[in-house]
Amino acid sequence: MAGTVTLSINGLVSHLEVEEDMPLLWVLRDELGLRGTKFGCGAGLCGACTVHVDGAPTRSCITPVGAVAGSKVRTIEGVAADPVGRTVQAAWKEIDVPQCGYCQAGQIMAATALLTSTPVPTDADIDSAMAGNACRCATYSRIRAAIKRAGGLAAENRRAG
Amino acid sequence: MIDMLEQADRRAFLKIGAAVGGGLMLGLMRPSVAVAGATAETAAELNGYVRIAPDGIATIMAKNPEIGQGIKTMLPMLIAEELDIAWKDVRIEQADADARRFGQQIAGGSYATPLHWDPLRRVGAAARQMLIAAAAQRWQCHPAECATEPGMVVHAASGRKLGYGALAGIAATMPVPDLNNVPLKPEAGYRIIGKPTPQVDIDAIVTGKMQFGIDVEVPGMAYAVFAKCPVPGGKPVRANLDEISREKGVIATFVVDGSTDAPAGGLVSGVAIVADSWWRAEKARDKLRVEWDGGAIAAHSSAHFAAEAARLFGQPATAVIRKDGEVAKALAGAARTVEADYFYPFIGHATLEPQNCTASVIGDKVEIWAPTQAPARGIALIAETLGIPEANVTVHLIRCGGGFGRRLIADPMVEAAYIAKKASRPVKLLWSRKDDMQHDFYRPAGFHRLKGGLDASGRLVALHDHFVTFGKDGKVARSADLSASEFPAQLVPHCLYESSLIECGIPTGPLRAPGSNAIAFVFQSFMDELAHAAGKDPYQFQLDMLSEPRLLPTGRSLRPGSAEKVSFDTRRMADVLRKAASMSGWGKRRLPKRTGMGIACYFSHLGYFAEVALVAVSKDGTPSVEQVWVAADVGRHIINPSMAVNQVQGSVIDGIGSALFQQITIEKGGVVQANFNDHDLIRIDRAPIVEVEFLKTDFPPTGLGEPALPPAIPAICNAIHAATGKRIRSLPIDIALLRA
Repeated sequence: MAGTVTLSINGLVSHLEVEEDMPLLWVLRDELGLRGTKFGCGAGLCGACTVHVDGAPTRSCITPVGAVAGSKVRTIEGVAADPVGRTVQAAWKEIDVPQCGYCQAGQIMAATALLTSTPVPTDADIDSAMAGNACRCATYSRIRAAIKRAGGLAAENRRAG
Repeated sequence: MIDMLEQADRRAFLKIGAAVGGGLMLGLMRPSVAVAGATAETAAELNGYVRIAPDGIATIMAKNPEIGQGIKTMLPMLIAEELDIAWKDVRIEQADADARRFGQQIAGGSYATPLHWDPLRRVGAAARQMLIAAAAQRWQCHPAECATEPGMVVHAASGRKLGYGALAGIAATMPVPDLNNVPLKPEAGYRIIGKPTPQVDIDAIVTGKMQFGIDVEVPGMAYAVFAKCPVPGGKPVRANLDEISREKGVIATFVVDGSTDAPAGGLVSGVAIVADSWWRAEKARDKLRVEWDGGAIAAHSSAHFAAEAARLFGQPATAVIRKDGEVAKALAGAARTVEADYFYPFIGHATLEPQNCTASVIGDKVEIWAPTQAPARGIALIAETLGIPEANVTVHLIRCGGGFGRRLIADPMVEAAYIAKKASRPVKLLWSRKDDMQHDFYRPAGFHRLKGGLDASGRLVALHDHFVTFGKDGKVARSADLSASEFPAQLVPHCLYESSLIECGIPTGPLRAPGSNAIAFVFQSFMDELAHAAGKDPYQFQLDMLSEPRLLPTGRSLRPGSAEKVSFDTRRMADVLRKAASMSGWGKRRLPKRTGMGIACYFSHLGYFAEVALVAVSKDGTPSVEQVWVAADVGRHIINPSMAVNQVQGSVIDGIGSALFQQITIEKGGVVQANFNDHDLIRIDRAPIVEVEFLKTDFPPTGLGEPALPPAIPAICNAIHAATGKRIRSLPIDIALLRA
């Protein structure tokens, strides 16, 4: 089952000698040392492992690495390369969102994907895009505020730029 | 050889550098120095918190485990305030477990604020006095002529100033002041305490660089999974270890023979698989076949517990918790009585970061990297299990991906140490979600049969609770007790709390606001029932009970053995009730059909909370909590308002989530639920707006990790009753009962 899987991760191309059924999460964490992406449930239920695969928010814990060969993967470690991602991080800091912080990488990846497709999301947009990302500390008031703030910051940037 | 010489020189340089430039290290305080308002034990903790570099940057040690409550930021704020330094010039370092230097390092009970408020300010103040003494020596003046501004000592008469960085080296040689008498700042002049302060690790968190327990990496490390019997206390009889050892990546696999009292939190029996990646270890486990000796509790089931409760309700209770007056007589003579049975289930902690721990064992020395709330318990357990002195166990405190009480119990620590020892290499043990959900120390379920008696004026004159709870060998299980001072005891002339035990081997333990997270639901819902029976507004009913200002003893101490007793202040509770009512427009709103408001109040962990919930119930029975108003009294300062509000909002939403979605059931002695599909966490789409106000009262500040949670559940249940006329007496909320 082992073979060479080629992936672009945060803009760097990697050739990996791993089993194709190894979930992307464990390739990132244990093979590549990118531990910002977190393990929560192993079943696509909590969103802690969310990364972008070709721009789409994806649960890396149930995504076999072989299934995304040739794709562009972006993780929390690379999200600042994306202007929307940077804005989301800035809003997260301004609002001081996290409590324990464990789910936050997944939240930020999901929020970045939402704001990329929907720059000014409604509450309903936020609910449907973010309901797959559980926060055990329930910092949802601030997650919502930070997404709205990021939307506002992006609009300011567009006007300024 | 040259390399070695260079290394030696470098070490010498660093040592001198530390002595000269590393500066002020408050490592000199003797354990005998008692601190006002704290025990001698607290005072012994006070050393080694502050060092100041020549550039004026102060490094402050964060002594307690960070589990998301913001303590790594908050405790150093207390020191920095009295040190008198700009927060931007503060760096914070997470301490390792070190009882000699830091005393008790524990995240639990919302104790950190009340226990450190005074002592840690004195640590900062003592450092400030030493800096002043150093400046006075330089200037050949009396220290009383000197004052401080943030980061510097000033001599007002001459206008001279010296930065802390320049003074730190001399200051470190000054005698440490008597902590009892060290002058503290006037509280009105605070520059840091009371200012919303972003958590120190915010940059690391949003960039994915924050290290959690699961992220620890040690050279030469392997990865482990540990398969345990589905029935707590069960042991492996045989397993296909030969087959497993041939699986890809597997380095070692073996049976762990645990202690027999595993439900108490010791080493559990099971099968360990050690591999070169966690996924390969977990994948090998798919092929693991174990024959288990199911242990003593294989006949346990939730249905059996319910049947036992029904049987015990039909018999006299076996223990009296509180007895005032003549409850039976008073009930018989009451103008009106109300009877109701309440139930709440076992629930799990479900920290989002599953239990894990990394361990390295070399000879008889153990090094542990643990996301733990209570390192000392892990050290004791590892030392006992491996037969080594506690001094041989080093524990690094690693940020926890949530705690909620689960990480007060050290089972993952001892498992990691044992497996690393047996595998003869460093090991990172990580539990799967299923492991985490099925091998928890659950919030115990409970059954209550309540009777209340009202007099002709609608006043509560008699209250009886028969509490059927869980125990083992006649002893109440951990976190399964009821306090003799449970509200409204002492405000009702005839009050009887008594209990009976269901024999149970399911491990139980503290979950955020232990006891209170369930008892508040029962008692505050029943208060609502009584108010309705009395024909009174539920808010007014409780306010009337609290109308006489009284300090009611709780029988509890601030900490074990402490002389400081905790009282319940009816005035503080009445005030937060009034505040919550006014914030929410209680009794003044016109609400749509199937929409209602509910109110509840609760005192726990020294905090007074009153909460009002606004809930709309859809035709299919789904309750939508639209808003919660929280009025809180946790004393005269909110040390870090940013994290304080976050904690309260999170607690309220957490409580609502548990009431809506969470239940652990037992079949054949084991836990049925295995992941978030059957024991879910509340999501953003069900989270209400939570408005928080703190009443500032003239009391020392107290903690916020827990007390906001308990009243949230009865507030929403009472709101559901207001919306639908249906009373929620069993959790989780069964929406089928609420259909239009």
